[in-house]
Amino acid sequence: MMNALREDLTQMNMVVRQLAVDTDLYTLPSTTIRTPDLEPQPVKIKARNVNVFYGEKQAIHDVSIDIPEKAVTAFIGPSGCGKSTFLRCFNRMNDTIEGSRVDGLIELDGRSIIDRSLDVVELRARVGMVFQKPNPFPKSIYENIAYGPRIHGLVRSKADLDEIVERSLRKAGLFDEVKDRLHDTATGLSGGQQQRLCIARAIAVSPEVILMDEPCSALDPIATARVEELIDELRENYTIIIVTHSMQQAARVSQRTAMFHLGNLVEEGPTEKIFTSPEVKRTQDYITGRFG
Amino acid sequence: MSDTSSSLPQQRQHSTIRAGIAKRHARERRFRAYGIAAICAALTAVAILFGMILYKGVPAFWQANVELEIFFDPEIIKVPERPQPQPGQSPAELEKQQLAWERQVTMVNWNRVIKAAIRKAAPDVEIDTKQALSIIETNGRYELRDMFVNDPGLLGQTVTVNLLASANADNWLKGNIDRNLPDAQQQLSAPARALADRLLEEGTIRFAFAWHLFTNVDSRSAPASAGLAGAFMGSLYMMLVVIVLAVPLGVGSAIYLEEFAPKNRFTDFIEVNINNLAAVPSIVFGLLGAAVFINFFHLPLSAPIVGGLVLTLMTLPTIIIATRSALRAVPPSLRQAALGLGASKTQTVFHHVLPVTYPGVLTATIIGVAQALGETAPLLLIGMNAFVAAVPGTPFEQSTALPVQIFLWQGNENRNFFEARTSAAIIVLLALMLALNAIAIYLRTRLERRK
Repeated sequence: MMNALREDLTQMNMVVRQLAVDTDLYTLPSTTIRTPDLEPQPVKIKARNVNVFYGEKQAIHDVSIDIPEKAVTAFIGPSGCGKSTFLRCFNRMNDTIEGSRVDGLIELDGRSIIDRSLDVVELRARVGMVFQKPNPFPKSIYENIAYGPRIHGLVRSKADLDEIVERSLRKAGLFDEVKDRLHDTATGLSGGQQQRLCIARAIAVSPEVILMDEPCSALDPIATARVEELIDELRENYTIIIVTHSMQQAARVSQRTAMFHLGNLVEEGPTEKIFTSPEVKRTQDYITGRFG
Repeated sequence: MSDTSSSLPQQRQHSTIRAGIAKRHARERRFRAYGIAAICAALTAVAILFGMILYKGVPAFWQANVELEIFFDPEIIKVPERPQPQPGQSPAELEKQQLAWERQVTMVNWNRVIKAAIRKAAPDVEIDTKQALSIIETNGRYELRDMFVNDPGLLGQTVTVNLLASANADNWLKGNIDRNLPDAQQQLSAPARALADRLLEEGTIRFAFAWHLFTNVDSRSAPASAGLAGAFMGSLYMMLVVIVLAVPLGVGSAIYLEEFAPKNRFTDFIEVNINNLAAVPSIVFGLLGAAVFINFFHLPLSAPIVGGLVLTLMTLPTIIIATRSALRAVPPSLRQAALGLGASKTQTVFHHVLPVTYPGVLTATIIGVAQALGETAPLLLIGMNAFVAAVPGTPFEQSTALPVQIFLWQGNENRNFFEARTSAAIIVLLALMLALNAIAIYLRTRLERRK
């Protein structure tokens, strides 16, 4: 009797909490996002009241944001503001850090990804990631690309695999540069080529979302320009979230920008608006270089 | 105006720095000199060590052989025909008859055959049988017996046979024994020494490479024929046991502890204890082996399997610690790359992290196995210092090991001081170690090149 009652209460509690989230306590639209120069995009990732803790320390405070599908969203902010930490919530890379804890709600296509019942392997197949420093496997170029499709069982034959490798490298604009040395070791490539290889590796498993954690910070300006071009092309098929230190980069490649400071989301909106008429003074100060 | 006022302290500063520079360079030069001196000292020590061992041990690889015309004299070898299979005879019965025949062959006075051959080689030397035979190693008669057993048709024929000179004759001829010592202190009698000298002069005695050092087992009754085959096989079996057990166990534990185990008090405790294990004196492991493997599990005494198990316990901490540090040295970006693609933890470790650590793991393994190969103390406690005159066919048979063989020979003044067999055994052991290291280096460079 008592047990049944307690169960009911718990369920009610959950319903109420869900309602609070669904009724949108925030002014953000919940189904589509309007961005100038862009068709209204459906929401790919929805985050509500996300808190991230590293042990006792809270790295992210109550962040809520919608990420539009097939557009580039940039996270900007000074060092240590938590933008990378927040990015890593979307493919649960924070799981690998001892003592980290995420609460709140993050949904990918309406399905919670914080929920432990969701297999992280499946999530990461859908949400790929490109890291700050190019980190190809110390294997051949071909093997680097082929690894993802192989472990996920996406290929039946060698021909399939060959095709995926070629397609991925083409999409990453790298194929012509490396087609004669596919079986050479990937660590012999230049930094920019390595990073594009990492992008090719990420898209080889056909993810829906690609997370990029300062993908150009280790690259020279020419390589950076190539990667930015690539990001712009990839936007057609993928939802991209990019963390960057460079204002110019955010302005160049993204349609929406979110500004973080001290673990808080300061402001979020269409990139043009953030850079031209930010609503919050802190954003203005950061963008104009007064701090950061 | 302001320029001069600011440049004065700056000039002073420059001169201070300049004064210090000479000192700094001198310090650097001194340090470099110390380093070079240390390396030179170490190299000299190694050179002296190897020089001494080689100088003493290499001659032991050549031993005096006596080439004799052996006449299989029917007068002396009075045995019936070798039993042949008869119709209607069971194989067991035939074998029994043949064994009886072989026993008869053994009973033949082969010494007389040898003595006759010596007399023929040096007809004019007056010497009694005992003295004449003292220059031939005592295993000679068994060699003749085996020849005859294998081919009874030799009866009545003359064959040229190389027999080993006895250890005493070998030492005398090599000059290992002071030739000026009085008769009472000589191992061989004066006529025997004269005979040996003469046969050497005539070319009947020759120094030949002592292959039997590698093919024979240890021997007490015939010291010149003693070899390392038994000890070598024993060591080989132990190394096999160590490699088969210690490598997977050690690498597996290291992977689990480093990559999967939760970081808590319990794993900390385990880690501390593994480090402690690495510092436990090896003789304690021997005691443990005797108590656990022999007394409790009743594994055979003196067997390479027990030695291998004990050495495995000893090697495990080395491999675990080295593998863990190799794993720790793998950059986190590699793990992230694999995890970010959706590889599971196990896939990440086995597909990407572990292959990068192969060179390190391999080095650790080789160091551990080489250490185990040279270990003596624990083996003494599990009975591997027994005198075993047989090559072990399996790891469960009694055997000794190379370092233990060295230890045993070291205690025998004849082998140690005169025959230099101990040094020869040390050379074999060192050669084996060098071979192991060479393999390790070869594998490591190959693995590293593939990266």
